[in-house]
Amino acid sequence: MARLQIREALRRAMQEEMRRDPSVFLMGEEVAHYNGAYKVSQGLLDEFGPTRVVDTPISEAGFAGLGVGAAMVGMRPIIEFMTFNFSLVAFDQVINSASKIYQMSGGQYRVPIVFRGPNGAAENLGSQHSTTVDSLYAHFPGLKVVTYSDAPDAYGLLKAAIRDDNPVIFLESELTYGMKAEVPDEEYVIELGKARIRRPGDDLTIVSWGKQVFNVEKAADQLAAEGISAEVLDLRSLRPLDHETLFASVSRTGRCLVVQEGHVFASVAAEVAARVQEACFDWLDAPVLRVHSRDVNQPYAAPLEQAVMPSPERIVAAARRLLGLSEPTDNELSR
Amino acid sequence: MSPSTQSPPPSPDRAGTGPAADLILDIEDPLPPCTTDELLDLYRGMLRIRRIEELAAKAYTRRLILGFCHLYIGQESVAVGAAAATADDYWIASYREHGHALAKGVTPRKVMAELFGRATGASHGQGGSMHIFDRSVDFMGGYGIVGGHVPLANGIAWAARARGEDRVCVCFFGDGAANQGAFFEALCLAALYKLPVVFICENNWYAMGTPLDRQSALTDMSLRARGVGMVREQLEGWDVEHVRQRVAAARQHAVTGRGPVLLEIITYRYRGHSMSDPAKYRPKEEVEQHKERHDPIDLAARRLRTRHGVTQEALDAVRAEVEEEAADAWRFAEESPFPDPATLYDYVYAPTGTPVGEED
Repeated sequence: MARLQIREALRRAMQEEMRRDPSVFLMGEEVAHYNGAYKVSQGLLDEFGPTRVVDTPISEAGFAGLGVGAAMVGMRPIIEFMTFNFSLVAFDQVINSASKIYQMSGGQYRVPIVFRGPNGAAENLGSQHSTTVDSLYAHFPGLKVVTYSDAPDAYGLLKAAIRDDNPVIFLESELTYGMKAEVPDEEYVIELGKARIRRPGDDLTIVSWGKQVFNVEKAADQLAAEGISAEVLDLRSLRPLDHETLFASVSRTGRCLVVQEGHVFASVAAEVAARVQEACFDWLDAPVLRVHSRDVNQPYAAPLEQAVMPSPERIVAAARRLLGLSEPTDNELSR
Repeated sequence: MSPSTQSPPPSPDRAGTGPAADLILDIEDPLPPCTTDELLDLYRGMLRIRRIEELAAKAYTRRLILGFCHLYIGQESVAVGAAAATADDYWIASYREHGHALAKGVTPRKVMAELFGRATGASHGQGGSMHIFDRSVDFMGGYGIVGGHVPLANGIAWAARARGEDRVCVCFFGDGAANQGAFFEALCLAALYKLPVVFICENNWYAMGTPLDRQSALTDMSLRARGVGMVREQLEGWDVEHVRQRVAAARQHAVTGRGPVLLEIITYRYRGHSMSDPAKYRPKEEVEQHKERHDPIDLAARRLRTRHGVTQEALDAVRAEVEEEAADAWRFAEESPFPDPATLYDYVYAPTGTPVGEED
């Protein structure tokens, strides 16, 4: 068991997969000679050489499309977006090509490709470098959308994503690359589409994913101090969604709070809430509530940005409201 | 040959260097001239496309084919000439791809059944007119976003090279696509990585209803290659033998590690952009004049008669064969079942771990 940073866990996953399968290659801006903008790919050029760790020009549509074409012929490209903000330049390649080719070819061509990189707000990066794309990509059949909260999950999920025969959007975070946790030394793969109960509880289920899981954990600690037992569910995979684990948890606790970074309108949080009320209505003791980024574009100034993001305080307040312990204090429902 | 991803060391000498020169494809016609049988095959191939397309138009008006339907009539010499030079290579094309599919060897039955939306179609009815795929002949699809498929060609070529295959990817698109960002990015990357791609811009002068001189300040689309350091050539496309030779030359350049080639092939479409376009933006005389002077099928027929001594009866016999083949394709399509809605979810996600073709 070694304590690894998340970036090291991701690197180990790629390194092992590249060793076991010569069709895997990594391509993106600054991934080779620069060793990765966030040093995730550090050392990989030295081990695998420039045909398998490939620097690109600043040309997201170009290299995302290259990856799709290579995947159709049986390669397994890992396409790194320096951040997912820039994936929007390649949106056509991901949606109209990657997500649709398997179906529109009648199953003749698979697209086993991973698009990975940091997603969501880091700190004070302003409007165009803080976009959260989870809900955007989760909208489309044909794509899988995966994210992790800690190093052991980052490792096991990325390995599964690379081995998957479908296009996988793999969402990381600048803010947690340096976060350390114990990762088992033996190799393992975490099946995509399986949520993880990080903390069992009885009074409510808090559903989250990605780095917001840590805000949820903090909130759960505070709630525990008040005698409230929160079950913390990390979805890990937004598409496919693990309905079984989600519904089982909510049916047992009777209350559901969804915590999401990113805009709430037509989002994963909206979808989870809708599905929970469809499937678990008879078990619910309260309406499903959501905590999410405020419905504005990301401002720069620190106090403004902090006001936008979900926080343990907002999660605790929503949980208390869900349990009938407080009245609504803000217009959480719409904004 | 490994991709050239290693940059040369920085040096003051590099300032101002680069492909200032206009890189023109410098390979002579590499193939011997067509034998009579070979030219007859090309003639048959062009006629097959035209007849299938004419029937497609008829089926469309009878609502047997729905949606969009972009016909290739008039441009047949490009796909057929290219196929004669790149039969074993990978192909990828735009949404006007019925002709390319047929030229690459997708059967008329599979093409027509796909247009009819039947389970027996090339893409099992999932694709339609714009998305014909056939893995068995490495026909990697028709794509509906103008220019969006051009970056994919680089990846196909990347994979071919990585696996040591001596094959190229031939990528077809129109003059309209040459104004898309994805096209430009693809050209830049192909040149940078010296990928074995033959880019074929079929310049039919109209992007939907807009003539080229209202879309682009430069109407020589092959010049798009110059700014990215790519070899280029512009040629007239109505002589199928000439297309065959020049595509073979481009292929030879690309497959021997010298990098990609952009061929601009001047051609003309007789029909509107799609079946719903009466093409009122151009005078009828323009179309008639082109047909009279440059029809690729007439040109091949004339050459077969005058230079190869093929009789009109022999040409008529080819025509009759093609006629029967096209009628058979229609019958097959019409008699084929529609896909079962129960199979709706079969092709959303590939079953990881199950080999291709063994999904069931």
